[in-house]
Amino acid sequence: MLPCFPLTFQTNCNRYMGYKTHSLQDMRQQAAIAAKVFLQRDYTNGTVCQFQTKFPSELETRIDKQQFEETVRTLNNLYAEAEKLGSQSYIEGCLACLTAYTIFLCMETHYEKVLKKIAKYIQEQNDKIYAPRGLLLTDPIERGLRVVSCALVFAVARIFRLLRSVTYK
Amino acid sequence: MKNCEYQQIDPQALPTPTPTPPPHQGDGSDRREEQRRPRKKWEVFPGKNRFYCDGRIMLARQSGVLPLTLGLILVTSGLFFIFDCPFLVKQLTSCIPVIGGVLFVFVLITLLQTSFTDPGILPRATPEEAADIENQIDNTGNTSYRPPPRTKEVLINQQVVKLKYCFTCKMFRPPRTSHCSLCDNCVERFDHHCPWVGNCVGKRNYRFFYTFIVSLSFLTAFIFGCVTTHLALRAQGGKGLVFALQESPGRYPLLIKAFFRISYIWSILGLSGFHTYLVASNLTTNEDIKGSWSGKSGEDVTNPYSHKNIFFNCCSVLCGPMPPSLIDRRGFLPADDSAQTGSANSELPTQATKSELNVVGGCSQLAFGFQESPSPVSAPPNSHKNSTSTSA
Repeated sequence: MLPCFPLTFQTNCNRYMGYKTHSLQDMRQQAAIAAKVFLQRDYTNGTVCQFQTKFPSELETRIDKQQFEETVRTLNNLYAEAEKLGSQSYIEGCLACLTAYTIFLCMETHYEKVLKKIAKYIQEQNDKIYAPRGLLLTDPIERGLRVVSCALVFAVARIFRLLRSVTYK
Repeated sequence: MKNCEYQQIDPQALPTPTPTPPPHQGDGSDRREEQRRPRKKWEVFPGKNRFYCDGRIMLARQSGVLPLTLGLILVTSGLFFIFDCPFLVKQLTSCIPVIGGVLFVFVLITLLQTSFTDPGILPRATPEEAADIENQIDNTGNTSYRPPPRTKEVLINQQVVKLKYCFTCKMFRPPRTSHCSLCDNCVERFDHHCPWVGNCVGKRNYRFFYTFIVSLSFLTAFIFGCVTTHLALRAQGGKGLVFALQESPGRYPLLIKAFFRISYIWSILGLSGFHTYLVASNLTTNEDIKGSWSGKSGEDVTNPYSHKNIFFNCCSVLCGPMPPSLIDRRGFLPADDSAQTGSANSELPTQATKSELNVVGGCSQLAFGFQESPSPVSAPPNSHKNSTSTSA
């Protein structure tokens, strides 16, 4: 198979020749080679947003099972909090009804506030736990709350060295 | 399964890092210009929707009879304010136009919100997700014959629910989701596609729709009552109803209005009553029509989504938390042009902030293709092909 890389990737690799660390910023800028693992939704409790906590076998070599399941469980709890039918949501709903739902144009809903919390949590998890292990979690909202996607990132500098060794034969 | 979609590296360029990316080969300057201008996601949305105000407002492509609905409401309310209100204010009270005005504004706002809001559209699956689902189906399905349309069964509150695979959106539809053929989108908690409002009614705009039809019922009943009172008062003062009609300055509009009002009232009241029943039992029109939970097939089926309490059902449907729009209309496309556009030329983003990595498949195959490499990549070969993150 002929090696084929986009030209922009090649210029990024030139910049990161001395790349050794796995900081999230570096990964986001140059991470291009990955396999992906998807966690699907769990519908046993109805249509509420919950993800399956089953540990994917592809991640066995990268991360501890307990750690991963803990992350997914926390995400599930956060989504449950967003969709909870409690006094806050009822007050918000009744107030919205009385104002012909125009308050949704002015104020941030409870769900949106929790989504921001979730985004922050995922970023924090990526920074502290997943990026050092060459993994990258994607916020489910970017995938329409269908899946939690976890990308396995391979060391970019290593790939670039392999590429050079092939093209300069 | 995956095509390598990248251009070959120019070996001349390798030793000397260039600060700016070299021009693309074979691309017209138009495409380059287009790629430089950051595009928003609504511009490449695959469904049959129309977007206005830079993606803030969305409608179905066929807006149906929305202009007619608006016209009817505006004309009849206008006639009411012009011809009935002055008389009734003199004879009765000045609250009448106030109440009428409030109801009218309520109706208009909720109608526009129903029409212009995202009903709960599910964005289509990315190619990687679709491939992952295909793998799961191949691994768990019967290999001896071609399976029929794909379904997956899940247990929801001790009730077996079949999830269908959507061939357009390339995913298993969540429960209560249906694909609207008019809008070509999967819509969550799909109720129906309403031509009167020119949009689907789904999870996100059902409460607007319900408020619209209920307030419209009140408005039509109120106007009908006022018109009847108007006629009655004139008839009292004069020589009977016929004389009152002849005398009334707006008699033709009055008659026309009365006729329309009678026909609206019954249909709209009926619709409001039907939807009140649906709300109280936490059903959708789609489920009611199909008889999903009515035990038509003879099995003992109950609605697994119902809270078994009318009050809780009403609260959860009408006063529950407002879910966000999942399609991110006004977000910018990543520089590599999202896979949903079907673009064949996918490159790496030069500055990927949160971009999904569309280069996955080809590159991982490439990585595994290096036989001479002494230091193999960390994941086992072809793991992405056989990745089964969950078993169905």
